[in-house]
Amino acid sequence: MFDKILPYLLSGISVGGQYALIAVGYTMVYGILRLINFAHGDIFTAAGFFMVYLCTALPVQISIPLVIILTVLLGFTVERIAYKPLRSAPRMSVMISAIGVSYLLQNLMWYVTGGLAKQYPTIPWISNSITIGTATTKVVTLITPLLTILLVIALVTIIQKTKIGMAMRAVSKDFETAQLMGIKIDSVISTTFIIGSLLAAVGSVLYFSNYTSVTPTVGAMPGLKAFVAAVFGGIGSIPGAVIGAFIIGICENIIKALGYTTFSDAFTFALLIVILLFKPTGLFGEKTSEKV
Amino acid sequence: MKKSTKNLINIALLALMFVVLYLLEQQFGRRSMLITVLKKGAIYALIAVSMNLLNGFTGLFSLGQAGFMLVGAYTYAVLTIPMAKRAAVYQYYDGGIIGFTVPAIVGILAAGALAALIAALIGLPVLRLKSDYLAIATLGFAEIIRAIIQWDTLGPITNGSNLLKTYPTFKSVIPVFAAATICIGIIVLLINSTYGRAFKAIRDDEIAAEAMGINLFHHKQMAFVISSFFAGIGGALLAMYQGSLQANAFKSSMTYEILLIVVIGGMGSISGSVLASFLFIAASEWWLRFLDTEMALFGGTFKVPLLRSGFRMVVFSIVIMVIVLFFRRGIMGENELWDLVEKRTKKAKGGAKR
Repeated sequence: MFDKILPYLLSGISVGGQYALIAVGYTMVYGILRLINFAHGDIFTAAGFFMVYLCTALPVQISIPLVIILTVLLGFTVERIAYKPLRSAPRMSVMISAIGVSYLLQNLMWYVTGGLAKQYPTIPWISNSITIGTATTKVVTLITPLLTILLVIALVTIIQKTKIGMAMRAVSKDFETAQLMGIKIDSVISTTFIIGSLLAAVGSVLYFSNYTSVTPTVGAMPGLKAFVAAVFGGIGSIPGAVIGAFIIGICENIIKALGYTTFSDAFTFALLIVILLFKPTGLFGEKTSEKV
Repeated sequence: MKKSTKNLINIALLALMFVVLYLLEQQFGRRSMLITVLKKGAIYALIAVSMNLLNGFTGLFSLGQAGFMLVGAYTYAVLTIPMAKRAAVYQYYDGGIIGFTVPAIVGILAAGALAALIAALIGLPVLRLKSDYLAIATLGFAEIIRAIIQWDTLGPITNGSNLLKTYPTFKSVIPVFAAATICIGIIVLLINSTYGRAFKAIRDDEIAAEAMGINLFHHKQMAFVISSFFAGIGGALLAMYQGSLQANAFKSSMTYEILLIVVIGGMGSISGSVLASFLFIAASEWWLRFLDTEMALFGGTFKVPLLRSGFRMVVFSIVIMVIVLFFRRGIMGENELWDLVEKRTKKAKGGAKR
């Protein structure tokens, strides 16, 4: 029994780690701007395509840092062009703008690639096969959770210990007061997007090493699931998002193991609805009350 | 203007529209680009208006429209495939288990009814959520509906993830317009009624609306169910337009497209949504087509850069982003075409008197 479950459990943990890296981007942006960044999944896909195209010309060791830089630039640009002008607009408008950006990025990627699936380059060592007990898997499956946890610990340290981290916490607590206290809101928001995109880029390298083919819409599903993970863990809370992502990744693969592959996506959303109904603030979320 | 004359003018305008449509169809033929765009535009207009009822008028930011369209489309197709052709369509499921066929009009109404029923069930839990949580939950439900329809076990009814086809379709543009006009007309009447005013009150301030004695949940549920009913009918019409049907096409990107149409037209304007639908479909299917084909100028010596398959949608989405960012009110804002016309005529009359 355990032998049968083990491969699914392993891939669940690995997928969970990849979702976690995307979910952190969602949860940080939501914590500060109260915005569901619908374009985040597409930024993740774009990182996949950057890798595909860079690897045709450059060795992998140079490509990976370049991919991360390009993705960060993309995230930064999106925020500056599409979200910054709407700072004082109603929240709905910013969300619509995010949906517009997602539409634009998908169409742009379709145009560049001609709509065909691209083969993701093989990264030496992490794409190698490895056998654990009775299960054969790729090295990347084992690296993912470790790398995820390391990155998240680093991130939490930044947020707890550094000046910019303190500014982030202040902005997410109270946007306007933070501004009055002399915090440069725009640079804090940009940093948030930079960190989010950086983690998404790392997540994309890990994710596509596992799934190997990149299409313009491939990021939509993992993006939505990562968002669910962020809600599940309590939106705005980074450890919450990570734990939520691991739970979703593992549950999803166990459902696949039981033979209900069609419902592995539906499960995520069912979980979202259940959590929203019974504990809308998620596992670690803060309570907010509406004022008149 | 007296109400009865106003009604007469409206009826005359509608009659004129159908005459023009008939003439256009005679002139250009049923398969021409113009007629195709008009057909698809009318269907999208209905769906956009149904979404506007929810997002623009009631202030419920729902992203489940594609799911309800899917329910409508499948209900229609499943119920109306002729008995003789069922064996061929359901070839993997022994001809399916549904042993009857209903006429197209019954199929369309059933499509709306089932979508409304499912909306009523989903609404019970979901409508208690606020703004962006509601958006995500409805998006989630749309995905769940899609997963259920593609589920193998339901194959004898829904044909699993295989194509549904050979159900009755329309050939002329007239029936599409008739259906869309009736449905949009009903929505307009609803919005101008007491219920419509309650919806707007909820949109503008929930707490104030509740204090005024409006039952929040009751009205939200009502808007949700009615919007889904018409989305279901829109889905059925879309299925007829396409001629074949597969659940995979009804992804969240379809909802996004409709949402963008509503935004372009103006959240809270019926005529805006209708105008935007026709513009959206015409631009994406027709006017911008030239961007997708390579072009050579000066006797083939100069190739226009960037033009190739897919460029149309890039240009198109940039235009949409410009509207979303800089013209947030859309074409009409919260105004209606007929109100503007009335204002104009009143002004002209006032000027003449002096």
